[in-house]
Amino acid sequence: MTKAKKGVTFNHNPLLRSELPAWRPRFVLLCLLGGSLALVGRAAYLQGVNDQFLQAKGESRYARVLEVPATRGKITDRQGDVVAVSSPVKSIWVIPEDARLNPGQVRQLAGLLEMPVQEVNQKLSVDKDFVFLKRQVSPELADRIAALKLPGIHDQREYRRFYPGGDVMAHVVGFTGVDDKGQEGIELAFEAALAGKPGSRRVVKDRRGNVVEDVQSIRLPQDGREVALAIDNKIQYLAHAALKQAMIDHKAKAGGVVVIDAKSGEILALANAPTYNPNNRVKLTGDQLRNRALTDTYEPGSTMKPFTAALALEKGKVTANTIINCAPGRMTIGSATISDAHPHGALSVTQVIQKSSNIGAAKMALSFPPETMWKMFDDLGFGSPLKLGFPGEVGGRLRPAKNWRPIEQATMSYGHGMSVNLMQMANAYQVFARDGDIVPLSLSRVDTPPVHGTRVFSPQTAREVRQMLETVVQPGGTAQQANVPGYRVGGKTGTSMKLVGGHYANRYVASFVGIAPISDPRLIVAVMIDEPSNGKRYGGEVAAPVFAQVTGGALRTLGVAPDAPLKPLQVARGAAAPVREAM
Amino acid sequence: MARLTGFLVMLVVASSLGVVASQHQARKLYTAVEREQQRSRQLEVEWGQLQLEQSTWAAHARIEKLAREKLAMRPPLPGQIIAIEERP
Repeated sequence: MTKAKKGVTFNHNPLLRSELPAWRPRFVLLCLLGGSLALVGRAAYLQGVNDQFLQAKGESRYARVLEVPATRGKITDRQGDVVAVSSPVKSIWVIPEDARLNPGQVRQLAGLLEMPVQEVNQKLSVDKDFVFLKRQVSPELADRIAALKLPGIHDQREYRRFYPGGDVMAHVVGFTGVDDKGQEGIELAFEAALAGKPGSRRVVKDRRGNVVEDVQSIRLPQDGREVALAIDNKIQYLAHAALKQAMIDHKAKAGGVVVIDAKSGEILALANAPTYNPNNRVKLTGDQLRNRALTDTYEPGSTMKPFTAALALEKGKVTANTIINCAPGRMTIGSATISDAHPHGALSVTQVIQKSSNIGAAKMALSFPPETMWKMFDDLGFGSPLKLGFPGEVGGRLRPAKNWRPIEQATMSYGHGMSVNLMQMANAYQVFARDGDIVPLSLSRVDTPPVHGTRVFSPQTAREVRQMLETVVQPGGTAQQANVPGYRVGGKTGTSMKLVGGHYANRYVASFVGIAPISDPRLIVAVMIDEPSNGKRYGGEVAAPVFAQVTGGALRTLGVAPDAPLKPLQVARGAAAPVREAM
Repeated sequence: MARLTGFLVMLVVASSLGVVASQHQARKLYTAVEREQQRSRQLEVEWGQLQLEQSTWAAHARIEKLAREKLAMRPPLPGQIIAIEERP
């Protein structure tokens, strides 16, 4: 045995026999005790006093805060057909430092993104941490790019707005920017309702990344509300198509059509030209963007005369048959002379409207004080914006009555020396369509139409003027082309010269505002064509046919019963034979 | 006394196993709920896309073009319209 050889056992080890100083074991013991106390103290500190730190560290291993995206609300027309909808797309972004791509990979990437190789290279060499390569590509394309597994190339989910209506609805609906926020039209006007608020929640994830537990909802996501417009898709299309044709036929610079439901004040159509495609806004110009019916003013011209006549009737100055001497077609007020385009002799009030005599309107206007006229214009909504909530809406020009000179009062009676937008004009014609009152216009669908509006004229006056308006489209009137077969319609033409640099230039605005059907008005249609330059320039020749086309189609669309005997119309009476509409 | 303790220990073990099992079950169910919610979101997206597609196909401009060009249709002339009145 080795022990035996050495001859020393443990107990007889000489080292043990040597006397140690007494403090040494105590010192070691103290050190050990101190060490363990320190550990216990530290443990107590971490567990009891400063427990958040470790808990947070632990949680970060399994807990995640997830963004819960909210979608932007849809915009629909009055029947619920979608006119704007958000759909998920992906944006491709890159961390240039990480993206070390060989030329082949870059070419492949550029090919998929349909971008020039040069541009991709340029973006890859930017000295930033985050660069968008291309925004809003289709999810399929993003998947194909992800499949290439290129380093430093990432994608991010976003929403893109699509507009199936295209250029037909462009000015009404407007569009959103790349960040899904409204920039124009309804998209901007109803931004608060449409925009969703993304939420977030804290969850527990397992090893595979599945969410296994919902810890808490930090914020609930709020999807944007769906907005139902008052616009009727079909009437809007009719207005758009008729306007487009008129623009071509008359080589016009611009134009607008507004259709209003007289019963509810809903805007059924609002078309402008020139227009644009909101889905592809690459070559967009400010000219195409203008929502002329609301943002541009023009001198309304003769379309103002019915209001002058109505005021004269209302104040008892005239009756429909009062004769006004309009000969010899010229009239001097102060230092200025006004004239009729075609000289007339003595005309009744009805004929003043039918033949559109400036002299007749001026003579009626000069029979009341400026304040009375100003008050009527103000009641009709002229001179201040309609406050539809539309971006860029203007109010037109209406000067305070105390500054009016007689010549100004005379010219205003036939719509010169003041300016309005097309929507205001359509709005004001409600007084004739609605028996003398005006209800506020609405861009969004109205489910419970207001019964009474703000009264401007008595029902009696409104009905009398309505009869006068009907004579305008009859033989002898200025707008026989406004006739709609099967329906009694009425309206007033307007032709005004444009002010260019403070002087009237040889450029015209042709307009027509009408109501239909006369027996129980349902629609107000206002048409304005800016600078027709193909020979014709009068409202009756340029704007009235557009009115007829839009009104005829719209009345049929709405299912309004014909109120005029159609000359060649055959009427089958009695038990209806089962006639079905062909599908 | 010892028997009671043993019994209680067994109960504790059984209930803790139960906790583990039900926790696992709950997580599995939660994952399933999560999956279904994901699916519902996807379907919603698809619904939007289908509505979009429908609106595109049913655009009035397209319908009119097809009716005029492919089907050779046109609006009826006033003389071709027959109005039907219901007998009062």
